[in-house]
Amino acid sequence: MKEIVNRLKEKFPVTAEIYQRDDLTFVTVEKKYGVDAVAYLKEYEGFTHLVLLTAVDWLEEGEFQLTYLLNNPKAKHDIGLRVRIDRETAEMQTAHHLWPAVTTYEQELNEMFGISFPGSPRQGHRFILDEAWQGPPPYRRDFDTKKYSEETYFPRPGRSKIDPSEHMKKKLYPEGM
Amino acid sequence: MEKFKDFKKRTVIAPDGEKIEIDPMKDYYCDAIPTPRKDYDKIPGILENFKNWARSESLWILAYGSGCGAIEMRPLMTPKHDAYRFGIQWRPTPRQANLLMISGYLSVKTLRIVVRAYEQMPSPKYVMGLGSCTINGGMYWDSYNTINRLDHFMPVDTYVTGCMPRPEALIAGFDELKKIIRAGKGVGADKYAENFAWYKENQKKILGDVGLPEYSW
Repeated sequence: MKEIVNRLKEKFPVTAEIYQRDDLTFVTVEKKYGVDAVAYLKEYEGFTHLVLLTAVDWLEEGEFQLTYLLNNPKAKHDIGLRVRIDRETAEMQTAHHLWPAVTTYEQELNEMFGISFPGSPRQGHRFILDEAWQGPPPYRRDFDTKKYSEETYFPRPGRSKIDPSEHMKKKLYPEGM
Repeated sequence: MEKFKDFKKRTVIAPDGEKIEIDPMKDYYCDAIPTPRKDYDKIPGILENFKNWARSESLWILAYGSGCGAIEMRPLMTPKHDAYRFGIQWRPTPRQANLLMISGYLSVKTLRIVVRAYEQMPSPKYVMGLGSCTINGGMYWDSYNTINRLDHFMPVDTYVTGCMPRPEALIAGFDELKKIIRAGKGVGADKYAENFAWYKENQKKILGDVGLPEYSW
Protein backbone atom coordinates (compact mmCIF):
# COMPACT_ATOMS: atom_id res chain seq x y z
CA MET A 1 0.00 0.00 0.00
CA LYS A 2 2.90 2.31 0.74
CA GLU A 3 4.07 2.15 -2.88
CA ILE A 4 0.63 3.11 -4.10
CA VAL A 5 0.54 6.11 -1.77
CA ASN A 6 4.08 7.08 -2.83
CA ARG A 7 3.08 6.95 -6.49
CA LEU A 8 -0.02 8.99 -5.64
CA LYS A 9 2.15 11.53 -3.84
CA GLU A 10 4.21 12.10 -6.99
CA LYS A 11 1.07 13.11 -8.87
CA PHE A 12 -0.95 14.94 -6.21
CA PRO A 13 -0.03 16.66 -2.94
CA VAL A 14 -1.19 14.34 -0.14
CA THR A 15 -1.80 16.20 3.12
CA ALA A 16 -2.37 13.22 5.43
CA GLU A 17 -2.11 9.44 5.33
CA ILE A 18 -3.30 6.75 7.74
CA TYR A 19 -2.21 3.12 7.39
CA GLN A 20 -5.05 1.50 9.30
CA ARG A 21 -4.53 -2.12 8.23
CA ASP A 22 -2.37 -3.96 5.73
CA ASP A 23 -5.20 -3.73 3.22
CA LEU A 24 -6.84 -0.44 4.27
CA THR A 25 -5.38 3.05 3.89
CA PHE A 26 -6.80 6.54 4.11
CA VAL A 27 -5.22 9.47 2.31
CA THR A 28 -6.32 13.10 2.31
CA VAL A 29 -5.91 15.38 -0.68
CA GLU A 30 -6.94 18.94 -1.37
CA LYS A 31 -10.35 19.67 -2.84
CA LYS A 32 -9.13 20.66 -6.31
CA TYR A 33 -7.27 17.34 -6.76
CA GLY A 34 -10.04 15.15 -5.29
CA VAL A 35 -11.80 13.82 -8.38
CA ASP A 36 -8.54 13.64 -10.37
CA ALA A 37 -6.98 11.49 -7.66
CA VAL A 38 -10.02 9.19 -7.67
CA ALA A 39 -9.78 8.89 -11.46
CA TYR A 40 -6.04 8.14 -11.21
CA LEU A 41 -6.62 5.38 -8.62
CA LYS A 42 -9.34 3.88 -10.81
CA GLU A 43 -7.47 3.97 -14.11
CA TYR A 44 -3.87 3.23 -13.09
CA GLU A 45 -3.91 1.51 -9.68
CA GLY A 46 -6.75 -0.97 -10.22
CA PHE A 47 -9.22 0.46 -7.70
CA THR A 48 -12.10 -0.19 -10.06
CA HIS A 49 -14.89 -0.59 -7.52
CA LEU A 50 -16.50 2.28 -5.64
CA VAL A 51 -17.62 0.98 -2.24
CA LEU A 52 -19.20 4.20 -1.04
CA LEU A 53 -19.10 7.95 -1.07
CA THR A 54 -20.00 9.48 2.26
CA ALA A 55 -19.70 12.73 4.20
CA VAL A 56 -18.83 13.63 7.79
CA ASP A 57 -19.94 16.96 9.24
CA TRP A 58 -17.09 18.61 11.19
CA LEU A 59 -19.25 21.40 12.58
CA GLU A 60 -16.63 22.92 14.91
CA GLU A 61 -14.06 23.16 12.12
CA GLY A 62 -16.59 24.43 9.58
CA GLU A 63 -15.83 21.65 7.14
CA PHE A 64 -17.37 18.60 5.47
CA GLN A 65 -15.15 15.57 4.96
CA LEU A 66 -15.98 13.50 1.89
CA THR A 67 -14.67 9.94 1.73
CA TYR A 68 -14.44 8.02 -1.53
CA LEU A 69 -13.89 4.43 -0.44
CA LEU A 70 -12.40 2.47 -3.33
CA ASN A 71 -11.73 -1.25 -3.65
CA ASN A 72 -9.20 -3.16 -5.71
CA PRO A 73 -10.92 -6.49 -6.31
CA LYS A 74 -7.78 -8.24 -7.63
CA ALA A 75 -5.39 -7.25 -4.84
CA LYS A 76 -8.22 -7.15 -2.23
CA HIS A 77 -7.13 -3.70 -1.09
CA ASP A 78 -9.23 -0.76 0.03
CA ILE A 79 -8.25 2.88 -0.10
CA GLY A 80 -10.25 5.75 1.32
CA LEU A 81 -9.65 9.07 -0.38
CA ARG A 82 -10.64 11.95 1.84
CA VAL A 83 -11.37 15.50 0.80
CA ARG A 84 -12.16 18.40 3.11
CA ILE A 85 -14.54 21.02 1.72
CA ASP A 86 -15.81 24.25 3.15
CA ARG A 87 -19.07 23.98 5.07
CA GLU A 88 -20.47 27.36 4.02
CA THR A 89 -20.21 26.94 0.25
CA ALA A 90 -20.48 23.09 0.42
CA GLU A 91 -19.57 22.43 -3.19
CA MET A 92 -17.55 19.64 -4.80
CA GLN A 93 -16.75 18.54 -8.33
CA THR A 94 -18.89 15.64 -9.54
CA ALA A 95 -17.40 12.19 -10.17
CA HIS A 96 -20.41 10.65 -11.89
CA HIS A 97 -18.48 10.21 -15.15
CA LEU A 98 -16.30 7.58 -13.42
CA TRP A 99 -19.11 5.37 -12.05
CA PRO A 100 -22.82 5.86 -12.79
CA ALA A 101 -23.58 4.84 -9.18
CA VAL A 102 -21.91 8.02 -7.95
CA THR A 103 -25.00 9.89 -9.11
CA THR A 104 -27.06 8.24 -6.38
CA TYR A 105 -24.50 9.00 -3.67
CA GLU A 106 -24.26 12.60 -4.82
CA GLN A 107 -28.02 12.94 -4.90
CA GLU A 108 -28.23 11.63 -1.33
CA LEU A 109 -25.45 13.95 -0.08
CA ASN A 110 -27.16 16.84 -1.81
CA GLU A 111 -30.44 16.07 -0.09
CA MET A 112 -29.27 15.07 3.38
CA PHE A 113 -26.17 17.30 3.82
CA GLY A 114 -26.88 20.11 1.39
CA ILE A 115 -23.62 19.55 -0.51
CA SER A 116 -23.99 20.50 -4.15
CA PHE A 117 -22.26 18.72 -7.03
CA PRO A 118 -22.70 20.98 -10.07
CA GLY A 119 -23.15 18.99 -13.28
CA SER A 120 -24.31 15.82 -11.57
CA PRO A 121 -27.71 14.56 -12.75
CA ARG A 122 -30.72 14.53 -10.38
CA GLN A 123 -29.35 17.27 -8.12
CA GLY A 124 -32.15 18.94 -6.21
CA HIS A 125 -34.59 16.09 -6.87
CA ARG A 126 -36.10 14.42 -3.82
CA PHE A 127 -34.67 10.98 -3.11
CA ILE A 128 -35.23 9.77 0.47
CA LEU A 129 -37.21 12.64 1.92
CA ASP A 130 -40.79 13.38 1.00
CA GLU A 131 -41.58 15.65 -1.94
CA ALA A 132 -43.07 18.21 0.42
CA TRP A 133 -40.02 18.44 2.73
CA GLN A 134 -39.49 22.07 3.73
CA GLY A 135 -36.84 21.91 6.43
CA PRO A 136 -33.06 22.20 6.17
CA PRO A 137 -30.85 19.20 5.23
CA PRO A 138 -31.47 16.84 8.18
CA TYR A 139 -28.03 15.19 8.43
CA ARG A 140 -26.27 18.48 9.20
CA ARG A 141 -25.30 18.50 12.85
CA ASP A 142 -26.82 21.93 13.51
CA PHE A 143 -30.24 20.58 12.47
CA ASP A 144 -32.27 20.05 15.67
CA THR A 145 -34.33 16.97 14.87
CA LYS A 146 -36.23 17.02 18.20
CA LYS A 147 -37.26 20.65 17.77
CA TYR A 148 -38.33 20.03 14.17
CA SER A 149 -40.38 17.00 15.22
CA GLU A 150 -42.09 18.92 18.02
CA GLU A 151 -43.00 21.78 15.69
CA THR A 152 -44.22 19.59 12.85
CA TYR A 153 -45.59 16.22 13.95
CA PHE A 154 -48.12 17.07 16.72
CA PRO A 155 -46.35 15.59 19.78
CA ARG A 156 -48.62 13.97 22.35
CA PRO A 157 -48.28 15.74 25.70
CA GLY A 158 -47.48 13.83 28.88
CA ARG A 159 -44.50 11.91 27.64
CA SER A 160 -42.22 11.20 30.61
CA LYS A 161 -38.68 9.92 30.77
CA ILE A 162 -37.20 7.61 33.36
CA ASP A 163 -33.48 7.66 34.09
CA PRO A 164 -32.47 3.97 34.15
CA SER A 165 -29.87 4.25 36.94
CA GLU A 166 -32.20 6.25 39.24
CA HIS A 167 -35.03 3.80 38.54
CA MET A 168 -32.91 0.76 39.42
CA LYS A 169 -31.55 2.44 42.57
CA LYS A 170 -35.11 3.11 43.77
CA LYS A 171 -36.21 -0.40 42.89
CA LEU A 172 -33.28 -2.28 44.45
CA TYR A 173 -32.60 -0.03 47.46
CA PRO A 174 -35.90 1.57 48.48
CA GLU A 175 -34.47 2.65 51.89
CA GLY A 176 -31.45 4.34 50.36
CA MET A 177 -27.90 3.18 49.79
CA MET B 1 -53.52 16.23 -11.31
CA GLU B 2 -51.23 17.85 -13.87
CA LYS B 3 -49.73 14.57 -15.03
CA PHE B 4 -53.16 13.10 -15.88
CA LYS B 5 -54.08 15.82 -18.35
CA ASP B 6 -53.85 13.32 -21.22
CA PHE B 7 -56.76 11.37 -19.82
CA LYS B 8 -59.54 12.51 -22.17
CA LYS B 9 -63.26 11.85 -22.10
CA ARG B 10 -64.36 9.05 -24.41
CA THR B 11 -67.45 7.03 -25.35
CA VAL B 12 -67.49 3.25 -25.03
CA ILE B 13 -70.14 0.91 -26.47
CA ALA B 14 -71.27 -1.68 -23.96
CA PRO B 15 -72.07 -5.32 -24.98
CA ASP B 16 -75.80 -4.55 -25.08
CA GLY B 17 -75.27 -1.64 -27.47
CA GLU B 18 -75.58 1.11 -24.88
CA LYS B 19 -73.23 4.04 -25.23
CA ILE B 20 -71.37 4.92 -22.01
CA GLU B 21 -69.46 8.14 -21.45
CA ILE B 22 -66.20 7.61 -19.61
CA ASP B 23 -64.37 10.47 -17.97
CA PRO B 24 -61.15 9.10 -16.44
CA MET B 25 -60.70 12.07 -14.16
CA LYS B 26 -64.16 11.56 -12.67
CA ASP B 27 -63.70 7.79 -12.53
CA TYR B 28 -60.44 7.92 -10.64
CA TYR B 29 -61.03 10.91 -8.42
CA CYS B 30 -64.03 12.40 -6.74
CA ASP B 31 -64.09 16.13 -6.13
CA ALA B 32 -66.97 15.93 -3.67
CA ILE B 33 -65.95 15.72 -0.04
CA PRO B 34 -67.48 12.88 2.00
CA THR B 35 -70.62 13.42 4.07
CA PRO B 36 -71.45 11.71 7.37
CA ARG B 37 -74.63 9.69 7.86
CA LYS B 38 -77.41 11.62 9.57
CA ASP B 39 -77.25 11.17 13.39
CA TYR B 40 -74.78 8.37 12.83
CA ASP B 41 -74.14 7.72 16.51
CA LYS B 42 -77.81 7.33 17.39
CA ILE B 43 -79.11 5.03 14.64
CA PRO B 44 -81.45 2.66 16.54
CA GLY B 45 -83.13 -0.56 15.63
CA ILE B 46 -82.73 -4.28 15.11
CA LEU B 47 -81.53 -3.88 11.54
CA GLU B 48 -78.61 -1.68 12.52
CA ASN B 49 -77.68 -4.09 15.33
CA PHE B 50 -77.75 -6.95 12.86
CA LYS B 51 -75.58 -4.97 10.43
CA ASN B 52 -73.10 -4.18 13.18
CA TRP B 53 -72.92 -7.84 14.15
CA ALA B 54 -72.22 -8.76 10.52
CA ARG B 55 -69.59 -6.04 10.20
CA SER B 56 -67.82 -7.12 13.37
CA GLU B 57 -67.68 -10.74 12.21
CA SER B 58 -66.08 -9.97 8.87
CA LEU B 59 -63.09 -7.75 9.44
CA TRP B 60 -61.20 -7.65 6.19
CA ILE B 61 -57.77 -6.16 6.63
CA LEU B 62 -55.85 -4.28 3.98
CA ALA B 63 -52.62 -6.29 3.71
CA TYR B 64 -50.34 -3.30 3.89
CA GLY B 65 -47.51 -3.01 6.36
CA SER B 66 -46.23 0.46 7.08
CA GLY B 67 -43.53 -0.46 9.58
CA CYS B 68 -41.95 -3.30 11.50
CA GLY B 69 -45.32 -4.37 12.97
CA ALA B 70 -46.29 -5.97 9.68
CA ILE B 71 -44.15 -8.93 10.65
CA GLU B 72 -46.55 -9.69 13.52
CA MET B 73 -49.44 -10.16 11.11
CA ARG B 74 -47.82 -13.07 9.29
CA PRO B 75 -48.11 -15.54 12.20
CA LEU B 76 -51.79 -14.62 12.42
CA MET B 77 -52.34 -15.92 8.90
CA THR B 78 -50.63 -19.23 9.62
CA PRO B 79 -52.22 -22.24 11.37
CA LYS B 80 -50.63 -21.47 14.74
CA HIS B 81 -52.80 -18.43 15.45
CA ASP B 82 -55.19 -18.72 12.49
CA ALA B 83 -57.05 -15.41 12.57
CA TYR B 84 -59.33 -16.63 9.77
CA ARG B 85 -61.44 -18.53 12.33
CA PHE B 86 -62.55 -15.11 13.68
CA GLY B 87 -63.71 -13.96 10.26
CA ILE B 88 -60.54 -11.94 9.76
CA GLN B 89 -58.74 -12.07 6.47
CA TRP B 90 -56.25 -10.04 4.48
CA ARG B 91 -57.21 -8.47 1.19
CA PRO B 92 -54.95 -7.13 -1.55
CA THR B 93 -56.71 -3.85 -2.31
CA PRO B 94 -58.32 -1.07 -0.25
CA ARG B 95 -61.57 -1.54 -2.19
CA GLN B 96 -62.05 -4.97 -0.60
CA ALA B 97 -60.99 -4.07 2.93
CA ASN B 98 -62.75 -2.42 5.84
CA LEU B 99 -59.99 -2.50 8.47
CA LEU B 100 -56.79 -0.55 8.02
CA MET B 101 -54.02 -1.61 10.35
CA ILE B 102 -51.23 0.90 10.78
CA SER B 103 -48.49 -1.48 11.77
CA GLY B 104 -45.85 0.59 13.51
CA TYR B 105 -44.08 3.80 12.64
CA LEU B 106 -45.36 5.95 9.79
CA SER B 107 -42.84 7.87 7.78
CA VAL B 108 -44.03 10.92 5.89
CA LYS B 109 -43.84 9.10 2.56
CA THR B 110 -45.88 6.22 3.93
CA LEU B 111 -48.46 8.58 5.41
CA ARG B 112 -49.14 9.85 1.89
CA ILE B 113 -49.98 6.32 0.75
CA VAL B 114 -51.94 5.45 3.89
CA VAL B 115 -54.19 8.50 3.52
CA ARG B 116 -54.96 7.51 -0.07
CA ALA B 117 -55.65 3.91 0.96
CA TYR B 118 -57.92 4.98 3.82
CA GLU B 119 -59.98 7.25 1.58
CA GLN B 120 -60.35 4.53 -1.02
CA MET B 121 -61.74 2.00 1.45
CA PRO B 122 -65.54 1.66 1.40
CA SER B 123 -67.53 2.80 4.43
CA PRO B 124 -67.91 1.69 7.20
CA LYS B 125 -64.19 1.42 7.80
CA TYR B 126 -62.10 1.00 10.90
CA VAL B 127 -58.54 1.88 11.81
CA MET B 128 -56.37 0.03 14.29
CA GLY B 129 -53.06 1.51 15.45
CA LEU B 130 -50.38 -1.04 16.23
CA GLY B 131 -47.54 -0.34 18.61
CA SER B 132 -46.50 2.73 20.53
CA CYS B 133 -45.31 4.51 17.38
CA THR B 134 -48.88 5.23 16.31
CA ILE B 135 -49.78 6.53 19.79
CA ASN B 136 -47.01 9.01 20.58
CA GLY B 137 -44.19 8.31 18.16
CA GLY B 138 -42.64 5.50 20.21
CA MET B 139 -38.90 5.27 19.90
CA TYR B 140 -39.05 7.49 16.80
CA TRP B 141 -40.73 10.36 18.68
CA ASP B 142 -37.95 12.87 17.87
CA SER B 143 -37.28 11.70 14.32
CA TYR B 144 -37.47 14.27 11.54
CA ASN B 145 -39.29 11.90 9.21
CA THR B 146 -41.91 9.95 11.18
CA ILE B 147 -45.22 11.29 12.44
CA ASN B 148 -46.01 11.19 16.15
CA ARG B 149 -49.78 10.87 16.45
CA LEU B 150 -51.88 8.86 14.06
CA ASP B 151 -55.20 10.26 15.33
CA HIS B 152 -54.43 13.66 13.83
CA PHE B 153 -54.59 12.23 10.32
CA MET B 154 -57.42 9.68 10.48
CA PRO B 155 -59.87 8.56 13.17
CA VAL B 156 -58.50 5.60 15.10
CA ASP B 157 -60.94 3.10 16.63
CA THR B 158 -58.53 1.19 18.82
CA TYR B 159 -54.86 0.91 19.64
CA VAL B 160 -52.76 -2.12 20.52
CA THR B 161 -49.85 -1.06 22.67
CA GLY B 162 -46.42 -2.61 22.74
CA CYS B 163 -43.20 -2.45 20.82
CA MET B 164 -43.97 -4.75 19.11
CA PRO B 165 -47.22 -6.36 20.32
CA ARG B 166 -47.34 -10.14 20.10
CA PRO B 167 -49.85 -11.80 17.74
CA GLU B 168 -51.92 -12.74 20.81
CA ALA B 169 -52.22 -9.04 21.65
CA LEU B 170 -53.47 -8.41 18.15
CA ILE B 171 -56.21 -11.02 18.61
CA ALA B 172 -57.19 -9.27 21.85
CA GLY B 173 -57.26 -6.02 19.89
CA PHE B 174 -59.58 -7.57 17.30
CA ASP B 175 -61.89 -8.65 20.15
CA GLU B 176 -61.90 -5.10 21.48
CA LEU B 177 -62.69 -3.73 18.03
CA LYS B 178 -65.56 -6.19 17.65
CA LYS B 179 -67.05 -4.95 20.92
CA ILE B 180 -66.75 -1.35 19.71
CA ILE B 181 -68.45 -2.14 16.41
CA ARG B 182 -71.30 -4.10 18.04
CA ALA B 183 -71.95 -1.21 20.43
CA GLY B 184 -72.44 1.00 17.36
CA LYS B 185 -69.35 3.06 18.09
CA GLY B 186 -67.35 2.10 15.02
CA VAL B 187 -68.19 5.34 13.24
CA GLY B 188 -64.70 6.40 12.15
CA ALA B 189 -65.73 7.06 8.55
CA ASP B 190 -68.51 9.43 9.69
CA LYS B 191 -66.17 11.20 12.07
CA TYR B 192 -63.65 11.58 9.25
CA ALA B 193 -66.36 13.12 7.05
CA GLU B 194 -67.60 15.37 9.85
CA ASN B 195 -64.15 16.76 10.70
CA PHE B 196 -62.89 16.52 7.15
CA ALA B 197 -61.45 20.05 7.04
CA TRP B 198 -59.44 19.49 10.24
CA TYR B 199 -58.00 16.17 9.08
CA LYS B 200 -57.11 17.62 5.66
CA GLU B 201 -55.45 20.63 7.29
CA ASN B 202 -53.26 18.33 9.41
CA GLN B 203 -52.40 16.15 6.42
CA LYS B 204 -51.54 19.13 4.26
CA LYS B 205 -49.34 20.63 6.95
CA ILE B 206 -46.99 17.69 6.49
CA LEU B 207 -47.66 16.46 2.96
CA GLY B 208 -48.13 19.83 1.28
CA ASP B 209 -50.21 20.07 -1.86
CA VAL B 210 -47.98 17.77 -3.91
CA GLY B 211 -49.73 14.84 -5.55
CA LEU B 212 -52.77 14.70 -3.24
CA PRO B 213 -56.21 14.91 -4.79
CA GLU B 214 -58.76 16.77 -2.71
CA TYR B 215 -60.54 13.53 -1.94
CA SER B 216 -60.03 10.12 -3.55
CA TRP B 217 -62.78 7.65 -2.83
